[in-house]
Amino acid sequence: MHTFLHLVPGMLPAIPEIFLGFAICAVLLFEVFVGVKRPGATATFTLLMLVVGAALTVRYADVAHSMVLFGGMYIADPLAFVLKLAAFLCVAVALLYSRMYLENRDILRGEYHVLALTALLGIFVIISAGSLLTVYIGVELLALSVYAMVAFDRESGVAAESAMKYFVLGAIASGTLLYGMSIIYGLTGTLDLAVIATKLTAPGSLGVILGLTFIVVAVAFKLGAVPFHMWLPDVYEGAPTSVTLFVGTAPKIAYFALALRLLAHGLAGTSADWTVMLMPLAVLTLIVGNVVAIVQTNLKRMLAYSTIGHVGFILLGFIAGTPSGYTAALYYTLVYVLVALGAFGVILLASRKSFEADKLDHYKGLYQRDPLLALVMMVLMFSLAGVPPFVGFWAKLRIIQALWETRHPGLVIVAVVMSVVGAFYYLRVVKLMYFDAPPENLPATLRPLGPRFVIGVNAAATLALGILPSPLLDLCSRLIH
Amino acid sequence: MLVQILFYIFGTLLVVCALGLITARNPVYSALFLVLCFFNSAVIWLLTGAEFLAIVLVLVYVGAVMVLFLFVVMMLDINVAELRRGFTRFAWLGWLTAAALVAEIVMVVWSHGRSGLDVARTPIPEPASYSNTAALGQVIYTRFAYPFELAAVLLLVAIVAAIALTMRHRQGLKVQDVSRQVSVRAADRVRIVKVKAEKRP
Repeated sequence: MHTFLHLVPGMLPAIPEIFLGFAICAVLLFEVFVGVKRPGATATFTLLMLVVGAALTVRYADVAHSMVLFGGMYIADPLAFVLKLAAFLCVAVALLYSRMYLENRDILRGEYHVLALTALLGIFVIISAGSLLTVYIGVELLALSVYAMVAFDRESGVAAESAMKYFVLGAIASGTLLYGMSIIYGLTGTLDLAVIATKLTAPGSLGVILGLTFIVVAVAFKLGAVPFHMWLPDVYEGAPTSVTLFVGTAPKIAYFALALRLLAHGLAGTSADWTVMLMPLAVLTLIVGNVVAIVQTNLKRMLAYSTIGHVGFILLGFIAGTPSGYTAALYYTLVYVLVALGAFGVILLASRKSFEADKLDHYKGLYQRDPLLALVMMVLMFSLAGVPPFVGFWAKLRIIQALWETRHPGLVIVAVVMSVVGAFYYLRVVKLMYFDAPPENLPATLRPLGPRFVIGVNAAATLALGILPSPLLDLCSRLIH
Repeated sequence: MLVQILFYIFGTLLVVCALGLITARNPVYSALFLVLCFFNSAVIWLLTGAEFLAIVLVLVYVGAVMVLFLFVVMMLDINVAELRRGFTRFAWLGWLTAAALVAEIVMVVWSHGRSGLDVARTPIPEPASYSNTAALGQVIYTRFAYPFELAAVLLLVAIVAAIALTMRHRQGLKVQDVSRQVSVRAADRVRIVKVKAEKRP
């Protein structure tokens, strides 16, 4: 018989989640006693909490080998450690970029930061999930926090509409996930992913395929793969840009982990089945994402379709199904998150009070108005397009290599052609910024020192990682093996 | 045998109610069908020996959630015809998907003997002294402590989100200020005025 106290010493690798639980309560109380009198103090306090959390994670959760906690429901391994650190960094940078934007719209409130932290907790739970139960709770925790964040600006009707769409479609996806899980549970009699992996070894059982289909649909919805992508452009466009930045970055890490833990580990025995399901999804995702992005006039919407295109690449890594494929998918996810942070950060810094710099036309002649921001945006766009020597190039190359090794020449061709199509709309942004004349009476960009410094570092990192790609690549390949 | 008969009766009722729920034209009827669905699922849970879950389902969902739901449905002025516009245009797609799904599930149920997994294993009957409530109590704070705590955070998210999205500090609202009401003194409310007696005319 287990008792709770008996488990305590073994809980240390779960320190990121435990600390975050405390931090959520601390931020709530801080807002009540200090934040109400001094607006903005809670934002600083939240950043402090994230730094402390990351430090504690480095100190206690850096496990040398895979460990199982809480009776198999929690996995602590080097992969989880690195993904959690990345998520900490990502949320901290996102909150840093968003601060002035939120201030200008009077939504810099403590609840925003509490919801960001609960979403982060959901991300952690997914990253470390060892059982179907924790997977589901993590997905819900993340999704519910994000729905509320999308609707956070109550004055905005568009935000409310997109939150409603997100909520309804997200609820259907959750139902799908739960239904698939219940079928798998019914067939195997266990919720533990490791045990499921030992029971489902032979592909082809009809019941398993039924459950698997539902799970694949839910994962595709969460990632935003075509044809389950309908929510993504609306949410990206309708949400306050700070929330778009949040939705577009840290959760991607979690959903990569979701696909890895659920499909690649738990349901590894059925990989022949889910590979076949993912293939049309990935091809459609690549084509729709990149082609539809061309006709967008709204930058947030264009980046939403570009996200869909990049999700197609991540799915291709899973289709390869080899360790090098998963390594490539992990690398691609981390690289994408880094670049997306910067790209949405630029939109935040170009927006002013009651002015949303979300149209492509707003970026005409940005070079003359704000050379630093234009340079940052150019680097990020080159990276998204996959132009060497920026890091996006290596990410795409690794995916294509993994596909080539596993003999998927058709997919390689689609990926390459769609990269070329994608390059068009990324480079158009660069053309607008550098070669067009700025339109009349646009408000000046924001010039806070801290976020501008960080966004500069962000862009420099995409260049540095592109020139020296091996450290991150080696890390990714070590984590997967 | 009796359990099986009861299961099929309530199972059929459950399916009929679920169909009624999605086909009813009036949202109030839909909500009432949902209540009936919950009752039937509670009975099925009782039949499998999960009495705690059955009671909680009735208490929480029927007693609290659905009553609230009915209130909302009745208070909102929903134009049903407006909502249904364009619905029938895609109905064929819905029917097609539903038919495919039903066919798949039927195929799975028929093929269960060949799946290679012990799907249709009958559960071992519990001893007469078995209590589902006690069994739940023994694992929920021990083996399932981690998901249990996370579920608590989930509820916290719901509270924070609900308050953040609905609470407004508008000026000039006619609301009670409890602390002012409590700290009030008689001198603030009652003024004793000496009035000279008037002579009767």
